[in-house]
Amino acid sequence: MAFSLHGVHVPHRKHTQDKPVVRMDAPNTVVIPMVMHIGKPARLIVKVGDFVKVGTKIAEADGAVSAPIHSSVSGKVVKIQDFLLSNGAKAPAVVIESDGEMASDETIKAPVVDSKESLMAALTESGIVGLGGAGFPTHVKFNVDPSRIEYLVINGAECEPYVTSDTVTMVERGADMAYALRVLSKYLGIKNVIIGIESNKKTAVASMQKLSEEVKDACTLQVKVLPAVYPQGGEKVLIYHTTGKVVPVGKLPIDVGCIVVNCTTLATIGSYLQTGMPLVEKCVTVDGGAVKNPQNVLAPIGTSMAEMFAFCGGLTVEPAKLIYGGPMMGLTVPDDTAPVIKNTNAILALTEKEARLPKTTACIRCGACTNTCPFGLAPAAISKALEKKDAEALEELSVNACMECGCCSFVCPANRPLVQNNKLAKAFLREEKAKEEAKA
Amino acid sequence: MNNKLKLAVSPHIHSGQSTAGIMRDVIISLLPATIAGTVIFGLRSLLVVAICVAACVGFEALFNFIIKKDQTIGDFSAAVTGLLLALNLPANIPLWQCVVGALFAIVVVKCLFGGIGCNPVNPAITARVFMLIAFGSMTVQAFPTVVDTVSSATPLSLGEGAAMPDLLDLFLGLNGGAIGETCVLALVLGFVYLLVRRVITWHIPVAYIGTVFVCSFFMEGMDFTSALAMILSGGLFIGAIFMATDYVTSPATAAGKLIFGLGAGLITFVIRYFGVYPEGVSFAILFMNILTPYIDSWTRHKVFGVGGKKA
Repeated sequence: MAFSLHGVHVPHRKHTQDKPVVRMDAPNTVVIPMVMHIGKPARLIVKVGDFVKVGTKIAEADGAVSAPIHSSVSGKVVKIQDFLLSNGAKAPAVVIESDGEMASDETIKAPVVDSKESLMAALTESGIVGLGGAGFPTHVKFNVDPSRIEYLVINGAECEPYVTSDTVTMVERGADMAYALRVLSKYLGIKNVIIGIESNKKTAVASMQKLSEEVKDACTLQVKVLPAVYPQGGEKVLIYHTTGKVVPVGKLPIDVGCIVVNCTTLATIGSYLQTGMPLVEKCVTVDGGAVKNPQNVLAPIGTSMAEMFAFCGGLTVEPAKLIYGGPMMGLTVPDDTAPVIKNTNAILALTEKEARLPKTTACIRCGACTNTCPFGLAPAAISKALEKKDAEALEELSVNACMECGCCSFVCPANRPLVQNNKLAKAFLREEKAKEEAKA
Repeated sequence: MNNKLKLAVSPHIHSGQSTAGIMRDVIISLLPATIAGTVIFGLRSLLVVAICVAACVGFEALFNFIIKKDQTIGDFSAAVTGLLLALNLPANIPLWQCVVGALFAIVVVKCLFGGIGCNPVNPAITARVFMLIAFGSMTVQAFPTVVDTVSSATPLSLGEGAAMPDLLDLFLGLNGGAIGETCVLALVLGFVYLLVRRVITWHIPVAYIGTVFVCSFFMEGMDFTSALAMILSGGLFIGAIFMATDYVTSPATAAGKLIFGLGAGLITFVIRYFGVYPEGVSFAILFMNILTPYIDSWTRHKVFGVGGKKA
């Protein structure tokens, strides 16, 4: 059966799309948490007082699903402190005082890649994780039987308002992406590559079409221009719109023969393979009504929001919300000391007016939530089932299919906390399942 | 830095759509019918509208005040109920009956069930049915004041053998009936407005009116004109466009809406041809309102990536 995946037209607000990326000066200090990826926290290998340089490894990957972490500045480790993660848990973070030199570690050199094994080893050492949002370690994603990979899907949709860091990466770093594609296709046998880009990113589309010509000898790169409908960049949405494949709930893209990487991840793989410099800096969109000079900034990982804003001319008014990521799925932070981490694609300082949401009123059963949900869920019914703590009904309503894109809450005329309830419902089902397993 | 930062779960932006905005659109969409009714049935129509709207808003405000609930009249839903109720009443109705109808619609059907979103049936429709049974007021038809010729009653209450009124008259509303129901032209204008503003979709009105048309067409011995007269008469258009599409009491998905429209069409047809009442629209919608929760649970969307064959 063919699906027509719905979504919403969000305001684009891509103010920074056509501005060049600016490299930031060395920040005074960086705070680098040991959790910037999905999986086990990295294991610290430096101590207070150690001197490090840009690219010096400061933490090892711990176990199979983890990623090493490298210093993003040159200077001295001054503190190991507790860091509050977005999920409420705590992890250690290394505080490094920069000497302002930004001197690179002398041991850094391009990795030797001549087989699938050496490629995997290089990707593991690179510290690269999924930069589109989730931060899944890249070496884990690619470490599959190459015969299972039918398509490599590159995510260049970038459907969140404000955020343009992927767009500018596609425009400016086509060469790095080309290098990565050649290596991946050579050692993983990847032949079919599709990049999905929303139609409102003309410069990125042009750049990727050029790239497609360049890599013709190595693989077929198909540039798919997709309607600018949020959440076009949702992994399962993108796979469906580029390959026509449906990823079943609870399964991974590879189960239908796809690997999805974000375009910035791909560019970072390319630059690492050429230079050996691990993932220590990130292109971040700094925007929001409170920011004086919104732009894309190439910043050392660990730079605080405060220093980022200062670099962009400071804040013109007191912000009401500081957000990691876009306004549809981003996380708010309690203060501006929050650092840029590996998968930060934007930091936003929203004004009172931008952050103002309408009052929540009674559900009028208009059906906008279910008619907007890309996956056809019934958020209003899920909220009701959650209220009754009815696990059976929640299973029946397939709440676990929810990707938490927020379309339902965005369109709700009563501004009900629908996606928020979906998240709670998923957590509730996990608890119920754990309880049952404990009993059994 | 500041301590005023808000922490919240995403999303951090909103479409700007609101209940009040939707209700405002519904009121705007009903203006052509209100104006047409006033032209056709005289200024007393406006008085009926004013009394119904004021009574509905007043009763809701009073109810909220008495039970110490947050005031909800600002969402304009009470005003919509008042306007719809008025447009479903004849212009010559005693005004006290309007007030009783508003009381029934707002307090009994809406507020006692928990207010907006919680009423199981449409307040205006239910009040209309209540008034029909309690007062017999709907049988006292108002007649157009703008036509000189002997005016007809609503064509549906004409006996066997009576000549069908002119189709153009029916389309323009120059026949007997409730204030807002006769002028199909004005109602269709409102329909187009609601479609353009994406307040409603075409499914319920088209399925509803289409079903009545097709059934009448066969019942009338494949007579196109009679079938057309049948759908242009009575409260079908106002019911199908404005009452059957009430969010609270109609299904959410396209499939559900089609079933709702089909069911309402069949019931209307049966009552019109075989029932004791000349008109079946109110009863049909009321009955389908009651079925809506079931239709909703039968017609949920298929969830992407769950069960079945892969696309």
